[in-house]
Amino acid sequence: MKTLAWALRSLARDLRAGELTVLVAAVVVAVTAITAVGFFTDRVARAIRQQASAVLAADLVIRSPEPVARVFLDEAHALGLRTAEAIAFPSVVLAGDEASSLATIEGVGAGYPLRGEIRVSTQMFGTTTVADGVPARGEAWAEPGLLGQLGVDVGAAVQVGTRTLVITRVLEYQPDQNPGFANLAPSLLVNIDDVAEMDVIRPGSRVTFRQLYAGEEAALAGFRARVGPRLGSEAAFRDQKDAGEQINAAIDRAQGFLTLASLVTVVLAAVATAMAARLYALRHLDTVALMKSMGATQVFIERSSLAQLIAIVLGTSLAGSVLGYAAQGVLARLSVGLLQIELPPSTVTPAWLGVLTSTTVVIGFALPHLWALKRTPPLRVLRHDLPPPALATGVTYAIALGALFGMIYAIVRDLKLVGVVVGGLLALACLAGLAGFGLVRLAARFRGVAGVAWRYGIANISRRGGESVIQIVGFGLGLMVLLLLTVVRTDLLAAWQRTIPPDAPNYFLINIDPPSWPALRKFIEGELGGRPSALPFIRGRLIAIGGIPVQDLAITDPQGLSFIRREQNITWTAELPASNAVRAGTWWGAGHRGEPQVSLEEGVARGLGVSVGDTLTFNVGGEEFTAPVTSIRHVQWDSFAPNFYLMLSPGLAEELPQTYIASFYVAPEKRRLLNSLVRQFPGVTVFDLEAILAQVRMIVDRASAAVQYVFLFTLLAGVMVLLAAVQVTRDERRFESAILRALGADRRTILQGVAAEFTTLGALAGALAAFGATAIGLVLAERVFDLEFRISPWLWPAGLLFGSALVGLTGTLATRKAVNESPVVTLREA
Amino acid sequence: MQDRKLDGIVLRTQGLGKQVSSPEGQLTILDDVDLEIRAGESVALVGPSGAGKTTLLALLAGLDQPSRGQVWLCGEDLTTLDEDGRARLRGRRVGFVFQSFHLVPSLTALENVMLPLELAGRADAAVRAREVLDAVGLTSRLSHYPKQLSGGEKQRVAIARAFVTRPEVLFADEPTGNLDTASGERVADLLFGLNRQARTTLVLVTHERDLARRCDRVIEIVAGRLVT
Repeated sequence: MKTLAWALRSLARDLRAGELTVLVAAVVVAVTAITAVGFFTDRVARAIRQQASAVLAADLVIRSPEPVARVFLDEAHALGLRTAEAIAFPSVVLAGDEASSLATIEGVGAGYPLRGEIRVSTQMFGTTTVADGVPARGEAWAEPGLLGQLGVDVGAAVQVGTRTLVITRVLEYQPDQNPGFANLAPSLLVNIDDVAEMDVIRPGSRVTFRQLYAGEEAALAGFRARVGPRLGSEAAFRDQKDAGEQINAAIDRAQGFLTLASLVTVVLAAVATAMAARLYALRHLDTVALMKSMGATQVFIERSSLAQLIAIVLGTSLAGSVLGYAAQGVLARLSVGLLQIELPPSTVTPAWLGVLTSTTVVIGFALPHLWALKRTPPLRVLRHDLPPPALATGVTYAIALGALFGMIYAIVRDLKLVGVVVGGLLALACLAGLAGFGLVRLAARFRGVAGVAWRYGIANISRRGGESVIQIVGFGLGLMVLLLLTVVRTDLLAAWQRTIPPDAPNYFLINIDPPSWPALRKFIEGELGGRPSALPFIRGRLIAIGGIPVQDLAITDPQGLSFIRREQNITWTAELPASNAVRAGTWWGAGHRGEPQVSLEEGVARGLGVSVGDTLTFNVGGEEFTAPVTSIRHVQWDSFAPNFYLMLSPGLAEELPQTYIASFYVAPEKRRLLNSLVRQFPGVTVFDLEAILAQVRMIVDRASAAVQYVFLFTLLAGVMVLLAAVQVTRDERRFESAILRALGADRRTILQGVAAEFTTLGALAGALAAFGATAIGLVLAERVFDLEFRISPWLWPAGLLFGSALVGLTGTLATRKAVNESPVVTLREA
Repeated sequence: MQDRKLDGIVLRTQGLGKQVSSPEGQLTILDDVDLEIRAGESVALVGPSGAGKTTLLALLAGLDQPSRGQVWLCGEDLTTLDEDGRARLRGRRVGFVFQSFHLVPSLTALENVMLPLELAGRADAAVRAREVLDAVGLTSRLSHYPKQLSGGEKQRVAIARAFVTRPEVLFADEPTGNLDTASGERVADLLFGLNRQARTTLVLVTHERDLARRCDRVIEIVAGRLVT
């Protein structure tokens, strides 16, 4: 109790006297940054997830081949959720006596879609508008492909089973439209109440019943937990995560960028805190020696230091979280226009990140310095020249970095990302340390070369040896982050945006009969100005792995299970498509005509437990064939090129009945001509990817904007490191300048010397920072974000100029007060 | 050695020696010092620079450990105590005044004087500190920070801080060394006045003959040995 009371009193006095300002400010900035990022990304991520809901038409969907119990809807209403129902099944649609086509009939009920929107037009490929509600009874909205196949237009009557419907709209976009190829027939959207009157659903019909839910996350989670165990074996939940690979890949990248920002902030804050704590400890050596001479024991000092640090942790967590919350509020308001997303309110969870951050940073990086204080020899009260107690630097920082690494991992849960950033910063710190020693030695040679100010400045760098190295490391890290956030960030974001080029395919054609392909191709190239790429396409089922039937294998992975339960799309090609990269094994290469080979997508390979060398047996249209897996591929799902889980080497399946799949880009002004394509090639199904493409582009753009905002806080942390680094030599500088001024040097000369010193330190740190930023940018782009990164030629000159200017200016400005202070005051204090 | 205290001896050394390593090999700073100081006595340690005066003071106060010999402070053998044990003993029995004052810059005059009482967990720290600051004539300077005080005032705060715990032994290392003559005299008057009043044993290191002469006894040290 005595210790606690003393510790708190003494902490209050230190705070009042400004002794802890830098340390507390560094931790508060860290907590503010991490919680602001936390609160904001929490909201943005949830908003982005809601965007994904728009693709799914709901937050949560139950899909089942059997009717879903209606009691679930009542339970959902009781929990405050909104609901809707939908039924989908294939059926023949008749138009007049002659025309008929297979279509996917989509019966939707009131309220559909719960998220997102249906877009319709009054003529094929015409101007689209957002539909108000769902088709009225007796009405139907048809996809252009269906209209083309039937040879009818809006206003025509069509028949499904025993029910006649009038087509009142062209269905241009409907959420929950899987851009995969499983759903081959074009859609006809009708009112769910008309479905019963069609009288086409019989036992054994391929029907998909859906119940859609939307509402608060907690309510959804509660609903899922209650209903989950009662779902039949055939029914399954779908949520945002199942919204489609393209959207998921975009969201994952967005979160990667956002977490990167918070991660770098934490590391920087830790560096700033360690520097500030070291300074605090050095300044308190005499006080501790004095306390010991007055009877304070080591245990007392140890406990009071700990109590003070705990108080700092609590105080900074609270202050930082409150500031962080306020900052994210401003951030959210600022971003309203730019982000174009309505942000849901934040949860309180990110406040815990603040406590975690403060604890890790303070205990990991400040405690070691304060802990060492207890070993201050009391004799220091008489012999001021006694060195400060040694810090077991290696062990201490290893533990601190371990804690930091652990904390960051707890936040981002991405070992690779954490490894790259922490490893990169650590490598840079070591490199900066080594280079610092080099410069300090080199500086000694140049001290005679320049004028008096430079001589004084450069001499200071070599004289201050250890301190200079610490400053170079601090400045280097600070600058590197600034460079990463300015130059590299723009490059990374640009690289991300480049993944969806302006002419990314926006239309897919499937069901192309091979003999008609040359004519179709000519039409696309001639009339639509597109450059189509086509791949052959068959459907087959995996029946055995290594000769063992799949049903006898213990496959538990959901992706693996889903893969073996369904027919898969299979293609064959000699060339590895641009959106694919081989991760294991080798691609068969162009001109391969030897033994048949298989290439698998990495996720599926993992799910099936298959690796290079295993043999797979397929059944395609009743024929079985076996081939070894020779490569595992990474597929860039958001590339908008036709991508396949399964690829075969040419030759194996060429004799089997097949169709082609083609993709191409059509400029908006030529979209109307698709109408004639549909009429000329009625067997072909057109998939409009424009909507999903726009969705992914929007996610990329909005996430980029969010990241830019979030990086502002990281910038602030970078500036804190710079300030802490400047503070390292502040006391010494005050004393020195007082002595120099007492000896007759004018303020101008001293300030010039200081400027020379900081400019030199900044230039070196800037060069190191450019090196570090390039390396980290490259690794991040290629290994983490899977982007093609071009090194900006501006990075190095920017690093040097930015470094010397920023550090020179900040250092000189921060030291100006010390230099200006009356030498009498300073010397009297000493 | 308890009997020695009963005899009125508060400080005693036997065969006390201190050696340190230097680039030239082992350096002897104090050699075979035998010394006894009685309760209430004032003793000046004098001698040329580097003679070992401050080292002897540090060993007597338990701030440092001897290479040889023993030190008894208020009846306890310092060489048998660990650092915390010595700290506790100092907290109960000892006060210090230093040449460079050693005031904590972030604390006011009052808080600096309260410091030893707070470390001892005394609830009346503020009241006692005010009384002592009154006694040294600094009533109007209670809330001033060290940098707002003159050298003489700083040392008076330091003296108040040393006496506030009513120590049995007061160690002073060049207490007037950083002060002008007038301030030095005032500080010395205060030191000896309070010493007499509280019947404290005073051990001071000084270069100044006038100050040394005011002590009951002057012990001269030359090259680490007592010559008086």
